[in-house]
Amino acid sequence: MNAALNPEMTLIGRKNIETLVGGFVLLGVLGLAFLALQAANLGSAASLGRGDAYLLRAHFDNIGALKPRAPVRTAGVVVGRVKAIVLDPKTFQGVVTMDIDKTYRFPRDTAAKILTAGLLGDQYVGLDPGGDSKDLAGGDTIAQTQSAVVLENLISQFISGRADSMATPGTAASAASR
Amino acid sequence: MQGALQGLGRTALDQCRGWGHAAFFFFDMVRAVPAALRRPRLVAEQIHAVGNHSLIIIVASGLAAGLVLALQMYYALVAYGASESLGLIVNLALVRELGPVLTGLLFAGRAGTSLTAEIGLMKAGEQLAAMELMAIDPKVRMLAPRLVGGIVSMPILAILFSAVGVVGAYVVAVMLIGIDSGNFWLNMQTRVDVFRDIGNGLVKASVFGVICTMVALYQGYECAPTPEGVAHATTRTVVISSLWVLGADFVLTALMFSTP
Repeated sequence: MNAALNPEMTLIGRKNIETLVGGFVLLGVLGLAFLALQAANLGSAASLGRGDAYLLRAHFDNIGALKPRAPVRTAGVVVGRVKAIVLDPKTFQGVVTMDIDKTYRFPRDTAAKILTAGLLGDQYVGLDPGGDSKDLAGGDTIAQTQSAVVLENLISQFISGRADSMATPGTAASAASR
Repeated sequence: MQGALQGLGRTALDQCRGWGHAAFFFFDMVRAVPAALRRPRLVAEQIHAVGNHSLIIIVASGLAAGLVLALQMYYALVAYGASESLGLIVNLALVRELGPVLTGLLFAGRAGTSLTAEIGLMKAGEQLAAMELMAIDPKVRMLAPRLVGGIVSMPILAILFSAVGVVGAYVVAVMLIGIDSGNFWLNMQTRVDVFRDIGNGLVKASVFGVICTMVALYQGYECAPTPEGVAHATTRTVVISSLWVLGADFVLTALMFSTP
């Protein structure tokens, strides 16, 4: 009935319509694959599946503007991602949970720092491997941490350092070292 | 005084009746969808009519959107030395907003009008009444396959719009302007999330597909069975679907992307 209404359909025929629709759907799947793999985080090497990662924790006095899904880097190479950030209610420290790629093992005296990519870039966690013979296992906590640098604190330190050194020029070296 | 009050009351009642009528139509259509899914041939015909035939305009619009966005964004970004983020901005704008919304508007104009005119002319020619006389529910036989076809086609078209737009941005950014192609892709790969950005964009496109097809079918089904009636219904389809798409987009964006 529909074919009689639409002269085009009698020309093309049922099978060809199904082929064309199949091509249309396939095109959509290809577009989605292109977007997901080439233009989003699914295909990048840094994205971790659930099975091939282990957890590490680190306590920071100040996490700055670190966000979940921020990269964890060692020597600039992405080795994992920040999974969650919560506040420890007893110590009032930020607890950062990280998913680390299973292929990378870190010594137990590894240090974690919160760093900034470029001057205005996003913050990430940097891991500096130590020299311990034993490796961190899944769920372990990194003992040595260095908090994010907060620009306001830095400026106020700088200003108070300048004021001190102006008041007593002889102690400029000790003020700068503070 | 009484006349004005009466007019107000009549308008309110008419509005309520219209909304109730549309709501009943909506639920009738939802109930008819399973029957349409049992006849995939009919659905395939409609995907072909609604989806395949919209491909050219969608791809052309997506390419144009990507090219123009990239050129304009470069002009704004180069002042801050952030031209490497060009691809990221174009990608996010397309995948989150422009892809679903522009596809919805084009879909209402390209496919919605043809659905309304088709159903409206069937009604004007009393074909729908004839089907009812033969104990065939026109909602199941004629309308539901069109609804399913529209809902299937819309996300595919929106994805293609965004994908072609990103390719357009690549052409401008890498080939014309000379931004490093590695950084162009890397910025996207680190910042665009598959589920949060692309997935939510797909949800949006599906919602817009439901809106556009439902409005088009309702306008066609309820139009006055005259040439002017069909003409008015076709116009209303474009206006109402576009307004609904824009309104729904604001609500969905507020729900999906308001938190960082």
